[in-house]
Amino acid sequence: MEIPYTVSARRDTGLWNAKIGIWLFLASEVMLFGGLFSAYIFLRLDAGPGEWPHGLLNVPVGTMNTAILIASSVTVVLAWAALKMRDLTRYKIYMTLTILCGVTFLVVKLSYEWPQKFEHFGAFIKEDALGKYEQYLGNRHLLEKGLAPRKEITGHLHNKEALNDPNIKEYEIALDPVNADPTNPAMDRPHFWPLPATDKIATIEKEDVQYANMFLPKHSAYFASYFTITGLHGAHVLGGVLVFCYMMVPASFRLYRHNPEHLANRVEVAGLFWHFVDLVWIFVFPLFYLL
Amino acid sequence: MSIKGFHIVFIVFSTLLALGIGCYCVWIDLTVGEPVYRTGAIVSFVCAVGLIIYGVLFYRKMKRLRLIT
Repeated sequence: MEIPYTVSARRDTGLWNAKIGIWLFLASEVMLFGGLFSAYIFLRLDAGPGEWPHGLLNVPVGTMNTAILIASSVTVVLAWAALKMRDLTRYKIYMTLTILCGVTFLVVKLSYEWPQKFEHFGAFIKEDALGKYEQYLGNRHLLEKGLAPRKEITGHLHNKEALNDPNIKEYEIALDPVNADPTNPAMDRPHFWPLPATDKIATIEKEDVQYANMFLPKHSAYFASYFTITGLHGAHVLGGVLVFCYMMVPASFRLYRHNPEHLANRVEVAGLFWHFVDLVWIFVFPLFYLL
Repeated sequence: MSIKGFHIVFIVFSTLLALGIGCYCVWIDLTVGEPVYRTGAIVSFVCAVGLIIYGVLFYRKMKRLRLIT
């Protein structure tokens, strides 16, 4: 049975069916991501001074991923234009580039960015113990400069068993530069290039810690939002890549020989979805990495 | 809206992002003063200009090929 309105427009809507379908779907996606972004903004506005983690993400890697996604949006449009001009060879080249961009984005995210967070540790110090750890927090220096105080000591946890063993009374942390040299004016702002953990070890007594964990979703509202939104976005990127892979299988090329306009319309719909996913990242990047 | 229109909207947002990153780098450079931020600002502004040029060329080409009517 022939499915109607895959190429020609319906008289009542003036559009072919899949285009209406994708815009309805994208409208629901706007509500989904809009809700998550709103939740993030309100959580952040509600956080007290010094309580919201900042400068913990790798900005150069995030910038590279942003450039990759922008490039993939260009290649997907070029793939569609090649189909409209009935140039199958160019279509294959541009679609392959789009898939490669999507896969590269996911590989960077899942094999580098996320695992880097899982290896990091942070301990929020109780209010009455902040003075005891002044050498790592440098709050007097920040107060003089009118900056928000630090309450968290971060780095690489040496004794990971301390997280679960109540008999171990302290955490041993190889400090991040910001806590190893907290009065250095260069540490007053986040760094564009992430600095590696230092050799300086700090011992923090558990009774002085309000809350401590690895950089997992349960670490803070910040990381819960970060992993939820980037995870959901990553799932969308994966979905888009799978659809593009389907556009490159022999069945799609048979469709091209039979009805090239139908394949062009399919690529357009998938391309609209891909543009939306990339547009979401345009908002994710400054919100999480820069601000 | 077709993919051509949405692509132009996307390029506009990408350009705004590049300009925003450039301004962010200038702001950090003024407060911290590390050369890497100045370099970042220059690269961002160059990217913004490149995106504007690409957007205009894309629009003209689509119109010439009658893919934008």
